[in-house]
Amino acid sequence: MHVTMTVNGNEVTADVEPRLLLVHFVRDHLGLTGTHWGCDTSQCGTCVLWLDGRPVKSCTVLAVMADGHEVRTVEGLEVDGRLDPVQQGFMEEHGLQCGFCTPGMMMTARWLLDHQPDPDEATIREAISGQLCRCTGYENIVRAVRWAARHPGEPTTAQDASQEVQA
Amino acid sequence: MTSTQHTAPSTTSPAGNPIGFGRMLRKEDARFLRGQGHYLDDLVVPGMLHAAILRSPVAHARIVSIDTSQAEAHPKVRAVITGATLESLNLAWMPTLSADVQAVLATDKVRFQGQEVAMVVAEDKYSARDALELIDVEYDDLPPVVDARKALDPDAPVIRDDVEGRTDNHIFDWEAGDKARADEVFAAADVVVTQEMLYPRVHPAPMETCGTIASMDRVTGRLTVWSTNQAPHAHRTIYALVAGIPEHNIQIISPDIGGGFGNKVGIYPGYVLAVVGSILTGKPVKWVEDRGENLMSTSFARDYHMKGEIAATRDGRILGVRVDVLADHGAFNGTAQPTKFPAGFFHIFTGSYDLEAAYCKVTGVYTNKAPGGVAYACSFRITEAVYLVERMVDLLADELGADPAELRLKNLLRPEQFPYVSKTGWEYDSGDYPRALKKAMEIAGYDELRREQREKRERGELMGIGISFFTEGVGAGPRKHMDILGLGMADGCELRLHPTGKAQLRLSVQTQGQGHETTFAQIVSHELGIPPEDIDVIHGDTSNTPFGLGTYGSRSTPVSGAAAAVAAQRVRDKARVITAAALECSTDDLEWEQGRWYVKGDPSQGKTIAEVSMLAHGTLELPEGVEGHLDASVVYDPPNLTYPFGAYICVVDVDSGTGQVTVRRFIAVDDCGPRVNPMIVEGQVHGGLADGVGMALMQVIAFDEDGNCVGGSFMDYLLPTSMECPSWETGETVTPSPHHPLGLKGIGESATVGSPPAVVNAVIDALEPYGVRHADMPLTPANVWMAMQGRPMRTDLAVQ
Repeated sequence: MHVTMTVNGNEVTADVEPRLLLVHFVRDHLGLTGTHWGCDTSQCGTCVLWLDGRPVKSCTVLAVMADGHEVRTVEGLEVDGRLDPVQQGFMEEHGLQCGFCTPGMMMTARWLLDHQPDPDEATIREAISGQLCRCTGYENIVRAVRWAARHPGEPTTAQDASQEVQA
Repeated sequence: MTSTQHTAPSTTSPAGNPIGFGRMLRKEDARFLRGQGHYLDDLVVPGMLHAAILRSPVAHARIVSIDTSQAEAHPKVRAVITGATLESLNLAWMPTLSADVQAVLATDKVRFQGQEVAMVVAEDKYSARDALELIDVEYDDLPPVVDARKALDPDAPVIRDDVEGRTDNHIFDWEAGDKARADEVFAAADVVVTQEMLYPRVHPAPMETCGTIASMDRVTGRLTVWSTNQAPHAHRTIYALVAGIPEHNIQIISPDIGGGFGNKVGIYPGYVLAVVGSILTGKPVKWVEDRGENLMSTSFARDYHMKGEIAATRDGRILGVRVDVLADHGAFNGTAQPTKFPAGFFHIFTGSYDLEAAYCKVTGVYTNKAPGGVAYACSFRITEAVYLVERMVDLLADELGADPAELRLKNLLRPEQFPYVSKTGWEYDSGDYPRALKKAMEIAGYDELRREQREKRERGELMGIGISFFTEGVGAGPRKHMDILGLGMADGCELRLHPTGKAQLRLSVQTQGQGHETTFAQIVSHELGIPPEDIDVIHGDTSNTPFGLGTYGSRSTPVSGAAAAVAAQRVRDKARVITAAALECSTDDLEWEQGRWYVKGDPSQGKTIAEVSMLAHGTLELPEGVEGHLDASVVYDPPNLTYPFGAYICVVDVDSGTGQVTVRRFIAVDDCGPRVNPMIVEGQVHGGLADGVGMALMQVIAFDEDGNCVGGSFMDYLLPTSMECPSWETGETVTPSPHHPLGLKGIGESATVGSPPAVVNAVIDALEPYGVRHADMPLTPANVWMAMQGRPMRTDLAVQ
């Protein structure tokens, strides 16, 4: 089947099998491997990306269902070489270790902050509760989102950040 | 010669990072934050084919026939591999890490549900999966051995009849300690408490499943393997031994790893099959397991059925501990641990206490379950040991009517007893245990918590406070005692300075999220005084790093971290000689300060490491016997393990109507010696605490009466989410290791080892009004509720 969609602001078209999962389309057809795959049952949330501005688990969305829609992945968080505050926050607060769940977590966090700029801990925990992390015990992910909430307007580069935090 | 006015060196680098130890943001984050990590499944090798594995739907059956003709006729299938294919290549069986063999593909029988039966290699992964459906296997069902406690029954079906003459499911008996002395102590003791307990089968379940890409170049005979593995060098040697490929023609690359926790130590049939697939097709072959395959077939952990006994005086002096263990090793004995230790380091079960005697006996048995046994951040079964002794101490406190904190304080080893040789032969290197426990009690507000608990009990509310004190022995290990498949557990390290003073550090260990690229740069920075951002840490490629045994058992910092420190010290020593030559003085005239050697009494006369490196690569006439360049190569053989320890306190509330447990607070005081990067260390602790809560309350790989795995997906194998985890409260004490060059101890598994008994002790404490003495993990609402009714569940079996 022929699909056309916008991915991180760019229009893409492809011929795909009707059964192709969106996560596989993004990873294998578009080469956007920042979106990961971790289970078969929509439990782990490593595959979270945005479909029309909402986080979805892309292992349970068919690529053809995204036809005519808008997709945003982790690769779309950084704009003009400047990290999103959520990305910065994950670095500042050590919100990632192996990094595998991180893209999905950050996509959910970005959505949360877009809709609730100053969430408390309980709200953050609930927002990410459909996503698993085996490394951090979630503590530093919560702190990372709080960091991003406190620094909403100043996206910066990773290099700048490491200087800033030690200053 | 330096002529500027001397000022004290800055403690921060030009990039704002600490020189040496301290909180430093991670170097590896930049790629992960942008979705630019390179995990196994992200890799694309030109011409690559895709493989999928057909697995047994039943736990125990004879294979009558396998018909692959339809699958082979699939237009996109390039190869179908069965046990018969492998038999013709003499590859149907492979050695395990425990002197057993494991079927790569089943030939005679299937021995657990999920066992590998055939592999399809196809042009794309969907087609490979499609073709699995076209393979027709006829099975003749056999009765399975599901309950480990019945594995040695005389009429139990014999699982391993592939071994000639085998008539039972017994694998080994192993013992430690002094039985006669323990029997004496127990016979004379005022109080003996006994408890049977199960540390159930769990699975590490890293977010990234296991996978590999194998590429055999038919022209050069060179095998390149990218795989999710924690020990690339050990893998290379094993591939050479198993497949007969010369080791110099094998390159193992371990790319970014999405969590390991022990799951990625061993070599799985899928890895070997991908190699075979590449040999047969002449193309690179990628195989990535799905989550069900990961949970059902790769290394499980624990599965120890333990009977513990603790002896004490009436006034609460602990005298001895005895343990009898039935160890369920699954269908193949595939545990990954040092060769001499079939029960891993379980015999550290004397814990943190000064005992008069101890004894354990471990019996390993086969069952119709997946192989494995040592995985999941267990420090080679110290998890089971700590759980056993910490539950027994709580049971003793209950028997004596003593406060569990006071009982521990009374029996903990005292600081002046170190180095302490335990009754099972471990030499604990250093510790101040009472200080750690008191600190945890202080953070927790222990007395206030007990007051609150009393008030709540009067109101009929269930609140529990659980304590765990653990000692680990990590950093395996001394070569004379510890090897895996004959490979001594030393680690190599190479440090090379470039002419401009920038450095490359090549490690034999492999990060899976622990932050090695940052921590190891900081270790070298600490010793050489150069900025950590100037040190490139290289790991995970056997062709580009020195030999060593890899990352598991919390061994990277104790072993490889020591190697890096010694390498840096050797470079520093050589820099001294070169500085002396350049300044035409004696090395005795030089003193070291961060990053430079200078002349005593005249700090303005000196050379920085960068200046020395340029001289070492330049034309300076070097003293006799001193080679040019500035580098060092080290193989570090640790003289002993390091012994991190900690005191954990868990506070839970239990809903008396549903049995639902809520972990309200968790206080963790860890002592791993000095912390290279406190941020990373704390992160390691956080993750382990979540693991512990998960194991205590949610996670179990159980089986039904037919041997069906009922934990084969994340719908059934429940991992803790952000909602089950409290906000962790951490603290530290610092007791350096006397034998590690920088005093460091391992930390990676401390919290996973130490936290489960704290949670269980808290829940049992909460259930005191119901007279509950013990219930096995996981303490699910159903299990807790049943315990409250006096009928705690058998959690390893899905049928009661």
